[in-house]
Amino acid sequence: MKLKLHVWRQPNKDQAGAMKDYAVEGVSEHMSFLEMMDTLNEQLMNKGEEPVAFDHDCREGICGSCSMVINGLPHGGHKGVTVCQLHMRHFKDGDEIFIEPWRAKAFPVLKDLVVDRAAFDRIVASGGYVSVATGGAPDANALPIPKKEADLSMDAAACIGCGACVAACKNASAMLFTAAKASHLNHLPQGQPERFERVKNMSMQMDAEGFGTCTNLSQCEAVCPKEISVRVIAEFNADLIKAQVKG
Amino acid sequence: MKLESRIPSGPIENKWTSHKMSMPLINPANKRKFKIIVVGTGLAGSSAAATLSELGYQVESFCFQDSPRRAHSIAAQGGINAAKNYQNDGDSVRRLAYDTVKGGDFRGRESNIYRLAEVSVNIIDQCVAQGVPFAREYGGHLSNRSFGGAQVSRTFYARGQTGQQLLIGAYQALEKQIHTGSVRMHTRHEMLELVTIDGHARGIITRDMVSGKVEAWAADAVVLATGGYGNAYFLSTNAKGCNVTATWRAAKKGAGFANPCYTQIHPTCIPQAGDYQSKLTLMSESLRNDGRVWAPKKKGDTRAPDQIPEDERDYYLERKYPSFGNLAPRDIASRAAKQVCDEGRGVGPGGRGVFLDFADAIKRLGKKVISERYGNLFDMYTTITGEDPYSVPMRIYPAVHYTMGGLWVDYNLMSNLPGLHVIGEANFSDHGANRLGASALMQGLADGYFVLPYTIGAYLATAKQPKVTTDHPEFKKAVADVNTRTAKFLSIKGKRTVDSFHRQLGNMMWEKCGMARNDKGLNELLKEIPALREEFWQNVNVPGSADNLNTALEKAGRVADFFEFCETMAMDALDRDESCGGHFREEHEDEGEAKRNDEKFSHVSVWEVTGDKPVRHKEPLVFEAFHPSVRSYK
Repeated sequence: MKLKLHVWRQPNKDQAGAMKDYAVEGVSEHMSFLEMMDTLNEQLMNKGEEPVAFDHDCREGICGSCSMVINGLPHGGHKGVTVCQLHMRHFKDGDEIFIEPWRAKAFPVLKDLVVDRAAFDRIVASGGYVSVATGGAPDANALPIPKKEADLSMDAAACIGCGACVAACKNASAMLFTAAKASHLNHLPQGQPERFERVKNMSMQMDAEGFGTCTNLSQCEAVCPKEISVRVIAEFNADLIKAQVKG
Repeated sequence: MKLESRIPSGPIENKWTSHKMSMPLINPANKRKFKIIVVGTGLAGSSAAATLSELGYQVESFCFQDSPRRAHSIAAQGGINAAKNYQNDGDSVRRLAYDTVKGGDFRGRESNIYRLAEVSVNIIDQCVAQGVPFAREYGGHLSNRSFGGAQVSRTFYARGQTGQQLLIGAYQALEKQIHTGSVRMHTRHEMLELVTIDGHARGIITRDMVSGKVEAWAADAVVLATGGYGNAYFLSTNAKGCNVTATWRAAKKGAGFANPCYTQIHPTCIPQAGDYQSKLTLMSESLRNDGRVWAPKKKGDTRAPDQIPEDERDYYLERKYPSFGNLAPRDIASRAAKQVCDEGRGVGPGGRGVFLDFADAIKRLGKKVISERYGNLFDMYTTITGEDPYSVPMRIYPAVHYTMGGLWVDYNLMSNLPGLHVIGEANFSDHGANRLGASALMQGLADGYFVLPYTIGAYLATAKQPKVTTDHPEFKKAVADVNTRTAKFLSIKGKRTVDSFHRQLGNMMWEKCGMARNDKGLNELLKEIPALREEFWQNVNVPGSADNLNTALEKAGRVADFFEFCETMAMDALDRDESCGGHFREEHEDEGEAKRNDEKFSHVSVWEVTGDKPVRHKEPLVFEAFHPSVRSYK
């Protein structure tokens, strides 16, 4: 099929960008969206132009690198898939597609569709872990964990840190990401000692990075490729209140 | 090239314990005087960087991704082995070690492998303490499943995302150390050169992939945890960014490259759909716990799978390997699939595929149980192929997945270049000629959490090298080398894209140095690679500039290194005139099984690539605890 693309081109962090139009030909319905972008880039380079820069790596929906807003929706808006897992069979010949980077103050554009998501790493560094050093851990089966709790923890731990939740939110809030990390750890006995300090510190870091406050509109959940539930946000807020009461 | 394996003496059960006692220690106050560079943040790199900094060393950590959490370990699906014997099915450290030695077709180093099995139990404890949400039974205890090449259930898992969860555990440990200031993290930095001074590894040169700035970094030791070279084939299950550059650059500075021809072709991947394809997707080996592999008995049978009656199906793994059945090891299962397709019995487009069928398991256990076990894998399959594996069998075909070869290391995980340590997939030592499923995660974390943090101290305590800064002429020269290479790529302005060369090279490698190899094909390949390489250096087109984010430039550097590396890989495949594990020379087979030649090839082939022509050295393999036998899974 043949497609008309409108792609965000921005030379670097400091210069302004703009949407640019491209026609791409020879797209198969079996291609992934990124393979369609590869096809575009090969065509551009054969014409002597610079390829469109975009983040990608594993191309199987788990590394969290790929990050494009497609027709206004992060990852294209199909339930439970990242851009790399979005296939062209969802499009038809002659379609017009708008492709933009994540847009959020805390995620500055570095070039074209590539943004800087280091703010997520700093949120994790502010408390998204159990403070245990290597060595001296007790036997793994010494502490049974109810399957239900382990499953709730795993549901939240499935987050791939892609940032679609931020890109979807009109406040560019990082609540779903931050709360998912807290929920992963807070459902486990290993996470209890630091539970309340964790939510306080991560929440403060999230604010410091320039993410907005939660809108309670659940757009984040709707676009999350790992379908993480906003129940993690409710848990996070509850823990935050408890943390304040405890002082 | 001097290859001293430094394997401690004594019975295999005591080697690691006595070695730990004999290694010199560095007192905590002195540790902080040493700086260690760790390149790569997968399971091995993240766990090593975190643990070394906990011990008190200053750590500089580098990755090419935008966050350490994205390293390709994250894509491992099925699980991690450990000799916990929680299932009471007769597992032990010795059994895990034996399975791994045998799985590697007696081409790995048994002392390293035994140590790996020994520390495997600590890994699970450590990960649980970090909050890794492993699958659990209703009683709250950890759940296990089986993997290929083993008759016990020793694989721990977190749904189909075990690699992700283990990497997030290691990443969180790393972020904890970054927060304390004891690790300095450099993301979007690609290592382009190793710097040696007086024969010791003393630093690296990196390119900042956003600003293009080329920088030098000096340290007291360098650790490479930069993964494997599966992308030499262009199409593989590896992430797009995976490359051989860091290890190859080290090899060019004198580090020996061991067994480059040992590559693992994984039997259960989604078959290739077209020429545009950018990568292949793995379907976890864990699926073979419940899925049955089959092909039609009749050649060219194009009926839909549900139209083929039971007695016209060939469950060839169950037929050929009754004691291991569908859980035969990867090299064997891959070869069997290739044979079936070569006989004209393959299914799907081009006849390159076999069925992986869950109908029996769904009948036995119900759709709900199967969905709980493999739901995300089934979803992934549906997303990619548009087919529903709950009702139609999956179609699968082998694909390049892992590389057992890598930089040569001694028992301390140090290469022949003093100070250069190599861990995880990047080294060669633990998997011989074939890796068993769920052992890569085990090795990455064993090296990073429990082996290197001890052994690197032995080097630092005894090396007595003067402190150096990046003002040293060797650093200046290495920076100049990188800049020259970059300028060269940008100046060629040819007609072909980097990807088009990479695709062609990969295709050549797959055809002649892939699942089956022979003397004629390898000799042809050794002429074709240099010819294509020459064209690359004349006719590649790298647009853009050096001082900006430039994806074409990044790829050009990696593909240029693949060109050189692939030649050595083909030489190694030609030189190893036997079949073993994943290295299948068609001249040496016994009813389709790999036929080893222990008399001539019971050694590690180590290639020195600093001169005009690669030179092969040998480390003889010594088996004291486990005796090489014909590897049978029948």
